Amino acid sequence: MESLTNTIKEVPLNHYILLCSIIFSIGVMGVLLRRNAIVIFMSVELMLNSVNLLLTAFSVYRGDASGQVFVFFIMALAAAEVAVGLAIIVMIYRNTNSIDINVLNRLKW
Amino acid sequence: MDKYIWLIPVLPLAGFIINGIGRNSLSKNTIGFVASFLVLASFGLSVAAFLQIKATGVPINVTYFTWIDVFRFTVPFSFLIDQLSSLMLLIITGIGFLIHLYSIGYMKDDEGFGKFFAYLNLFVFFMLMLVLGSNYVIMFIGWEGVGLCSYLLIGFWYSNPSYADAAKKAFIMNRIGDLGFLLALFLIQDTFGSFGFAQVFPQAGLLHAGNANVVLITILLFVGATGKSAQIPLFTWLPDAMAGPTPVSALIHAATMVTAGIYMIARSNVLFTLAPLTMHIIAIIGLATAIVAAIIALTQTDIKKVLAYSTVSQLGYMFLGLGVGAYTGAFFHLMTHAFFKGLLFLGAGSVIHGVSGEQDMRKMGGLKGKMKITFITMLIGTLAISGIPPFAGFFSKDEILAEAFKQSPTLYVIGVIGAMLTAFYMFRMLFLTFYGKFRGTHEQEHHIHESPASMTFPLIILAVLSAVGGFLNIPEVMGGGKGWLANYLAPVFAKSVELGGTPAITSPGTEWLLMGISVGAAVVAIVLAYSKYMTKGHVPVADTEERSFLANLSYNKFYVDELYDFIIRRPLDGFSDFFYNVVDKLGIDGLVNGIGDAPVEASKGFRLLQTGNVGFYIFMMVAGIVAILVYSFVRI
Repeated sequence: MESLTNTIKEVPLNHYILLCSIIFSIGVMGVLLRRNAIVIFMSVELMLNSVNLLLTAFSVYRGDASGQVFVFFIMALAAAEVAVGLAIIVMIYRNTNSIDINVLNRLKW
Repeated sequence: MDKYIWLIPVLPLAGFIINGIGRNSLSKNTIGFVASFLVLASFGLSVAAFLQIKATGVPINVTYFTWIDVFRFTVPFSFLIDQLSSLMLLIITGIGFLIHLYSIGYMKDDEGFGKFFAYLNLFVFFMLMLVLGSNYVIMFIGWEGVGLCSYLLIGFWYSNPSYADAAKKAFIMNRIGDLGFLLALFLIQDTFGSFGFAQVFPQAGLLHAGNANVVLITILLFVGATGKSAQIPLFTWLPDAMAGPTPVSALIHAATMVTAGIYMIARSNVLFTLAPLTMHIIAIIGLATAIVAAIIALTQTDIKKVLAYSTVSQLGYMFLGLGVGAYTGAFFHLMTHAFFKGLLFLGAGSVIHGVSGEQDMRKMGGLKGKMKITFITMLIGTLAISGIPPFAGFFSKDEILAEAFKQSPTLYVIGVIGAMLTAFYMFRMLFLTFYGKFRGTHEQEHHIHESPASMTFPLIILAVLSAVGGFLNIPEVMGGGKGWLANYLAPVFAKSVELGGTPAITSPGTEWLLMGISVGAAVVAIVLAYSKYMTKGHVPVADTEERSFLANLSYNKFYVDELYDFIIRRPLDGFSDFFYNVVDKLGIDGLVNGIGDAPVEASKGFRLLQTGNVGFYIFMMVAGIVAILVYSFVRI
């Protein structure tokens, strides 16, 4: 395990932070700019996974396992959220025959 | 007798309660009988009180309970009957009784019969409270109360808006005077520490003449008196008060309420003697009122208005008497005036009753054949008021004029001119009403009749009093010693005489000369009136015709009401408009409505956030998170 950890540590931590930030930003932009509800969900998953990656990287670099335990929680949470979210999207499609979020503006004043 | 004093005011009060509650259920005979009998009973008790005071010379003082007792401010509820108030009691209850009797006949066709007698009884109650009070506060209760009853009775036929207006006018002008009275009360408490007569007057006697507090108190008291007794500038309510039934005019506006001011000043004579400035003011205003009212009466065509202005004028004479220090003379004139003015008003009511409600003298005439008792009694009353001896008015008016002469011949001369005017317009009234040919409609002419006994009996009694009442106070030059009234009232005015110094002495020759001049002047005026209205048969012109400038001035009451309207009512209306439209509508309503509108406008702005656009919501969420992060990093 020691050699594995050392091999991973050859990549500096900053690279991981930068990578995760970029992935997170791409996720945020996807949530804000896309019209398809399923694509928005994918972007949300992207954000969650970028955080997972960062947590794991820190866990390796600090030698503390609690980061990876937290990753497990996040993965379980993401799964549950996807289940509920996709159920809602299916209901929306059944009622309005579209999943374009610009069409869903019934709550306008 | 002391034990029964409380009955004197309480009996009419009981009459008010009985007649008030039973005004629609009791029969008219019962109401009239109850009301009149209770006043008669009060009269009987007043006679007993008078006899007791006459015999013993000791005033009756009874305290019932302590009404107000706060820190240094105590007002006991107590009655005082001394020589002055005993005579007032006799006048109020005696003439009150006669007028109650008269009203039984006069008001018998009116459906408000019970209400009328209830109000009359209430008035008698309050007037008695006024004169019985042993301190200024009890007097003020009566003072206010008679103002109230005057309002109720003037506006008795309230469905007519101009009558209701007249009642309001009377009450409001009274109230203006009452403000002066109240301020005087406050000053009295402040200066003397008490309201009771027995405390105030001895203390006042120790002050020196011209004391600033006393002068101010007396001026304010006089303001109150001008309101109540219809002097300049608060006299215009009295002619308008003729809107009330004639018995009301006789009782309230001739014999009792308007004399309250005179009584109050006579009671406070010590205070007034110490304020020569106020005395001058009173004399001048009294004389001015006497002349102005007499001039107005010269051209009036409504018989009651002539008598109303005559009342204002005679009250002016009484104030003139008070102003020159002739307290006994002024009070004597008060008594004789109550007799002959009450008589004249009741007689006018009889005349109006006889010509089926007509009040315009231009439509009367020739009544003396068919209304003999009314004619003879009114003739006596007119002779009395004109100051012809041996009738009552001569003695009382002459006493005032003689005292006025002692102070200043100018006052006397103007007073005599006023007496001439009085004789002229009174005989004008007599000639126009009773002599000549009847100028009304045929209908009225058929119905001319003498009034029933319930109305003529009081006329006869009052005529007798007007004829012989003068002998109550025969002047020194005619009999030996001072008159009976002067001697009787001496204890009340003794302190004033002491403080005022000895009056000027005039020789008997001068006194006879003065008397002769005034009688002669009155006779000249009567002859002038005779020549104009009898020989030449002049009848006053109709309202639409032109009049000379002076006649116009007199007929329109010197435009005093219009002047008040311009000076006082319009600025007040302007103020009122400003406060209503600007301060209330714009300011206060704007503020309150604005507080209501502000959330509405704010919410109109906020709801624009609800675009329904999911992307917008998500964007706002992200923006918020970024803001929180920035905030937490910048702070820390």
